[in-house]
Amino acid sequence: MVKKKKSPAPDAIRIGLFVTCLADLFRPSVAFAAVKLLENAGCIVEVPETQTCCGQPAYNSGDEAGAKALARNVVSAFESFEYVIAPSGSCAAMIRVHYPELLKDDPQFGARAVDLADKTYELISFLTGTLGVRGVDMKLDARATYHDSCSGMRELGIKAQPRTLLASIDGLELRELTDPNACCGFGGAFSVKYPDISGKIVSVKTKDIGDTGAKLLLGSDLGCLMNIAGRLKREGSDVEVRHVAEVLAGELAAPPIGEGD
Amino acid sequence: MLAGTGNFTENTRKALEDAALQKALGNVKRGFIAKRAKARAALPEFETLRDEAKEIKIHTLAHMDLYLARYEAQVKRAGGQVHWARDSGQARRIIAGICKAAGAKSVTKGKSMITEEIGLNRYLQAQGYEVVETDLGEYLIQIRGETPSHIIAPAVHLNKEQVETDFRSHHKNLPPERPLSKVSDLVNEARQVLREKFVNADVGITGANFLIAETGQSVIVTNEGNGDLTQTLPRVHIVAASLEKVVPTLEDASTLIRILARSATGQDISTYTTFTSGPKREQDLDGPEEFHVVLLDNGRSGLPGGEFEDMLRCIRCGACLNHCPVYQSVGGHAYGSVYPGPMGSVLTPLLQGVSEARHLPHACTLCGRCEAVCPVRIPLPAMLRRWRMRDFAKKPPLAKAKLGLKLWVFLARHPALYRLITTPVIKILALTGGRKGRICALPFGGAWTDQRDLPAPQGTSFMARWRKGERP
Ligand code: SF4
Repeated sequence: MVKKKKSPAPDAIRIGLFVTCLADLFRPSVAFAAVKLLENAGCIVEVPETQTCCGQPAYNSGDEAGAKALARNVVSAFESFEYVIAPSGSCAAMIRVHYPELLKDDPQFGARAVDLADKTYELISFLTGTLGVRGVDMKLDARATYHDSCSGMRELGIKAQPRTLLASIDGLELRELTDPNACCGFGGAFSVKYPDISGKIVSVKTKDIGDTGAKLLLGSDLGCLMNIAGRLKREGSDVEVRHVAEVLAGELAAPPIGEGD
Repeated sequence: MLAGTGNFTENTRKALEDAALQKALGNVKRGFIAKRAKARAALPEFETLRDEAKEIKIHTLAHMDLYLARYEAQVKRAGGQVHWARDSGQARRIIAGICKAAGAKSVTKGKSMITEEIGLNRYLQAQGYEVVETDLGEYLIQIRGETPSHIIAPAVHLNKEQVETDFRSHHKNLPPERPLSKVSDLVNEARQVLREKFVNADVGITGANFLIAETGQSVIVTNEGNGDLTQTLPRVHIVAASLEKVVPTLEDASTLIRILARSATGQDISTYTTFTSGPKREQDLDGPEEFHVVLLDNGRSGLPGGEFEDMLRCIRCGACLNHCPVYQSVGGHAYGSVYPGPMGSVLTPLLQGVSEARHLPHACTLCGRCEAVCPVRIPLPAMLRRWRMRDFAKKPPLAKAKLGLKLWVFLARHPALYRLITTPVIKILALTGGRKGRICALPFGGAWTDQRDLPAPQGTSFMARWRKGERP
């Protein structure tokens, strides 16, 4: 159980935080929550200045050259850290799963991409896995449900980890969706390229969320969460949406996603 | 709707507005997904079986020439004939030639996606043959003039009320006051109509799920038994199959059969699994006098060794369609191609050419659920991404989507400039969101805000706040 911030031990793990572009630009509170969780677990967190985007939009739209260029940027910016942590399953999977493949023929970056992949993790699975965190010292009276983002779940095997930590929150009841393996319809550029289909898919998700009776939706990928929150609000739902890190870190000062003060 | 018709965006819009279709699609989802999950849970070695199935396919594809030659030799030994068809046109001509030589008038068909791929029915009908689909789903869409909307459940887009209407208008010789409201009424009526067709057919055409090199047998898995009647009653039996259906041994076919039905319908095994080889022998009680196999290439022989080789592992179980959020939303016809869903979006550009189908690989969220359920572990998302790369490379440099992406990549490669540009953008968006914290309409963001609000940014970027020394 991690209680409060310890002063880092001399042999503390040095982490490079990959903020992700959505957390950086849209929801800094997620990145602050990530810093807090990592520091509470005794890590030293640094934020390299030269980071921007992991290259997923380019990669998934078929811009191989663009994706490679951004991948090389990330490798250079983060390779000096012991671990690289991202508060997003899809960005972490981009680095962990796709960089080695993307840069495999690059004489300068190929091997370095593999090294970076080996030490890159999604935040929650890093906390429960490498750091062995079993719970948080938190109290929150809420009935919540959880959306497993596709990349994190299928490419990184993230499923039980957030639930383990959420189970330690005093007062939090977690209700599962009936089809937790279903995509939310975001899919990056897909959401604007095929808005009607995307809208249909997310409406199935918001229905599932509504049916659980939960009043709080949690997840660990801002892309999906912004899509779902945007749809919930459009439908007039009172379900609040937050990144799981905010709840675990008790960083709840900022209004939920898509809500004002 | 016919394959290759319409424009994808227009098709999907119509599909989303079609209440009957949406209801039918809800059934697909609930039925197939739950049934597969149950079958998987009941078989401890399910995942190992998937690995074995994948290995069998990889091995076969690496030695496809050898196994096809073996298969051909075994078919000949059993008294059958093998015809090699380079493309759809040649396959159609070969089949029509066999029908002609047999002096046929009437042709019955078992369910076969290959004959859909080559557009056989229309071709034969144009030459004056009566062609009757005998699989219930295929029969339904045939009388409606439609193509299959699913590779294993061709009429999955229909409900029983629609079928009743079609039967009443199509089976005019039956008493108009007959009851047809129950599914069993409909099935019985179809049986009754088809029975006569079976008996009178001169040629029966089936597909094949597997071709066994070791024994020269072809295998069909069905649930209605119509395939068996199609291949045993007429004088001539033609198997239409593509090259990659070949497997080395009976044992290999058994392994694949164990995974096929479970992945497809959640059955342990389909109701009928029939092994066929050659024409009727002297001691046989029934069977066709002539046995032909038409082996379709249609570009497949060029795939091994290339980027899309893995697609040849496909055993057409349909699991990727059932689990695909896009397929679940719009159904099979919207794709406008013979093969819908994830496997179709990979395959169609290979079969119909990239220009015809370039949009299909983009119409996917890359959620990866297809790969997660594919019995032969085909990396469908990776292959769809490969198509996107090819398409991107071909797009003119000034195409809108390309330009936008290039700009993003350029900015992301120059962190200082990136922050300079994004800082005012998120400020403005935050202001626009105002006290509501979300934006309901954006001048250039209609594609997003037509369907959902845009949660507003918090206002200042994390990087800026961090640089100023803010800490949690
Ligand atoms: S790609 Fe895989 S899941 Fe899809 S039909 Fe083929 S074998 Fe089945």
